[in-house]
Amino acid sequence: MLSGADSLVRSLQDQGVEYIYGYPGGSALHIYDAVFRQDKVKHVLVRHEQAATHMADGYARATGKPGVVLVTSGPGATNTITGIATAYMDSVPMVVISGQVMTHLIGGDAFQETDMMGVSRPVVKHNLSVQNPAEIPTIIKKAFHIATTGRPGPVVVDIPKDMTTPGEEYSYEYPREVNIRSYNPPVRGHAGQIRKAVDMLLQAKRPIIYTGGGVVLGGASKLLIEMTRMLGYPITQTLMGLGAYPGSDRQFIGMLGMHGAYEANMAMHNADAILAIGARFDDRVTNNVEKFCPDAQIAHIDVDPSSISKTVQVDIPIVGPVDSVLTEMIALIKESEIKPDKENLSDWWAQIDEWRKRHGGRYLTNEKGLMKPQQVIECLQKLTAGDAYITTDVGQHQMFAAQYLRFEQPNRWITSGGLGTMGFGFPAAMGVQLSFPDDTVVCVTGEGSIQMNIQELSTCMQYNIPVKILNINNQSLGMVRQWQDMNYESRHSHSYMESLPDFIKLAEAYGHVGMKIEKVEDLEPMMKKALAMKDKLVFIDVYVDPSEHVYPMQVPAASMRDMWLSKTERT
Amino acid sequence: MRHILSILIENEAGALSRVVGLFSQRNYNIETLTVAPTEDPTLSRLTLTTHGDEREIEQITKQLNKLIEVVKLVDLSEGDHIERDLMLIKVKASGAQRAEIKRCADIFRGQIVDVSSSIYTIQLVGASSKLDAFIEAVGDANVLETVRTGVSGLSRGEKVLAL
Ligand SMILES: Cc1ncc(C[n+]2csc(CCOP(=O)(O)OP(=O)(O)O)c2C)c(N)n1
Ligand SMILES: [Mg+2]
Repeated sequence: MLSGADSLVRSLQDQGVEYIYGYPGGSALHIYDAVFRQDKVKHVLVRHEQAATHMADGYARATGKPGVVLVTSGPGATNTITGIATAYMDSVPMVVISGQVMTHLIGGDAFQETDMMGVSRPVVKHNLSVQNPAEIPTIIKKAFHIATTGRPGPVVVDIPKDMTTPGEEYSYEYPREVNIRSYNPPVRGHAGQIRKAVDMLLQAKRPIIYTGGGVVLGGASKLLIEMTRMLGYPITQTLMGLGAYPGSDRQFIGMLGMHGAYEANMAMHNADAILAIGARFDDRVTNNVEKFCPDAQIAHIDVDPSSISKTVQVDIPIVGPVDSVLTEMIALIKESEIKPDKENLSDWWAQIDEWRKRHGGRYLTNEKGLMKPQQVIECLQKLTAGDAYITTDVGQHQMFAAQYLRFEQPNRWITSGGLGTMGFGFPAAMGVQLSFPDDTVVCVTGEGSIQMNIQELSTCMQYNIPVKILNINNQSLGMVRQWQDMNYESRHSHSYMESLPDFIKLAEAYGHVGMKIEKVEDLEPMMKKALAMKDKLVFIDVYVDPSEHVYPMQVPAASMRDMWLSKTERT
Repeated sequence: MRHILSILIENEAGALSRVVGLFSQRNYNIETLTVAPTEDPTLSRLTLTTHGDEREIEQITKQLNKLIEVVKLVDLSEGDHIERDLMLIKVKASGAQRAEIKRCADIFRGQIVDVSSSIYTIQLVGASSKLDAFIEAVGDANVLETVRTGVSGLSRGEKVLAL
């Protein structure tokens, strides 16, 4: 017999939860007492509930396991919304447990009451509220089941305080499985459709494989590599998909989309067959859908049917988990009589190599000797070589990181793609570092973004979380400024960052190490030194050219091949 | 085109608001909506009508199916179906008009369910278009008040929407 609070915590234990990231408060106090009286599940006290959700998110993206958050009602609950929405947009498995005022107070505008079910509804995969303490184990099991299966996503469990009262006890049994009659995610793709997609691929003259976060989330990276190598086709990835295929491999032609590689966008536009895997034809990828890849037949594999033909009508839809569909495709390709036409393929590669020469990630170094943000990322690439976990915030630094880092493995590139949440990177890095204490975890950020969750320096002090914060300090909200340069005649309306704190002193105030880098020649030695401090949080504040832009950049409302390649050069 | 979506949904608190929320979040329109428990008390049946082209309706049905509590869904307008909407309508009925309104109600197989010296309240059942036609027949100017349940429907023949 257990109280609701104990049965909740016991359920989390039995679910195999390692960490809870959270913050206590009135409605969650019975639960917090139950957390106190055990030591199987470790609780990490953040400094702001938003950070708890991003920590859980970082943990989930790096480990593939669901992240767990515990907060109180009212402001505790509403503070999680941005983090929940971030996880929702990127399909990250997460369970958020929110305290709620007592059942008899609900609806009466009680102290710290918010309708968390209503507030979270548009940004969760599902939410559940507890109405009977005896149901807690089943509800928790359901929450994890829904969060982790099919297309993953965040699930909120709202628990009124009277469901967790000490002394009111119920028999406890954690269900081994749950069956939800109305929820049956697909387990395999349609065989006929898979065959069609294989035929399309093998007969193509200018094929391309375009993959997204679904391959990473679906744990299908190995299968993707096997199939892509077998075919010898070019592969491009979305911001979310990076790492699923080794970034240094010749067949990888870079990220596609708004700030994608020239060769990737050109190859997409000119392709006659596209195999999209776990990608969702986001507007940051397709540009104007009316002008999207005019010559291509498209096959699309996705576990979520609503992702298929949502923005771009596809020819061969395949609803199913990426791993099982790829396994079947590989088998079919092996046994097929048709083989990719070598001559066509080498022509296609010759064309792609031409495109590669055209841009190939070049940028102009500054004549005044100001450091370029790209140089900072290149240095990070040189020193970490695809081995580190990289999280980012949102802005130019994020795009430079995506362009200039080479990810060799999945789950090591952790960025807020769908929602584009500034303030994500630092707590996400913390979540990763706690679970991978021996690995290097770098948060690539900007002086704007880092200040959105900078209070977590305190959490890092408490738990000794030695992440490396690489602050690409351009003294401006660089991405906003870039748009203002390009579209508003450089009227920099509120895109500057004046009154920056002394980040070094700030880091030191929390017992961490701070380093300021202003000269290119200091970059490598100092970054090396910082990365070598394995057990210290190091805040590396690198001053870079504020006027730099991210290129390529797609021309708005045009096709994928229409890009700015520099401030003066357009395709 | 107008579509009639018929949905079996878990009879749980909050399930309806998920459906309604989905429509507003995704900028779809709901024209009519009816909902009631079924003979199986764990299930509710919800019928809604909406407008959209093929692709919009495809997205709407996919998104609805994605809701965890949606058990089954059918687009009735894809096949032969029966559609009913119930209207209560209060119309001015005095003097010479009185007989005229009565005749009109009879033609439409309406029932007069409440009577006062100057007013008839008529109950009318049928497809939405029939109810519209009735309003037109009695003349807008005579109509004092209407209330409609919204469309509910079933497919014709063997087809059933059940677990
Ligand atoms: C929470 C939030 N608010 C606003 C934005 C809009 N936004 C996108 S990028 C950006 C600038 C980010 O500045 P910084 O972190 O310094 O990065 P930089 O672009 O300079 O590298 C802003 C304000 C956002 N993405 N997230
Ligand atoms: Mg900046």
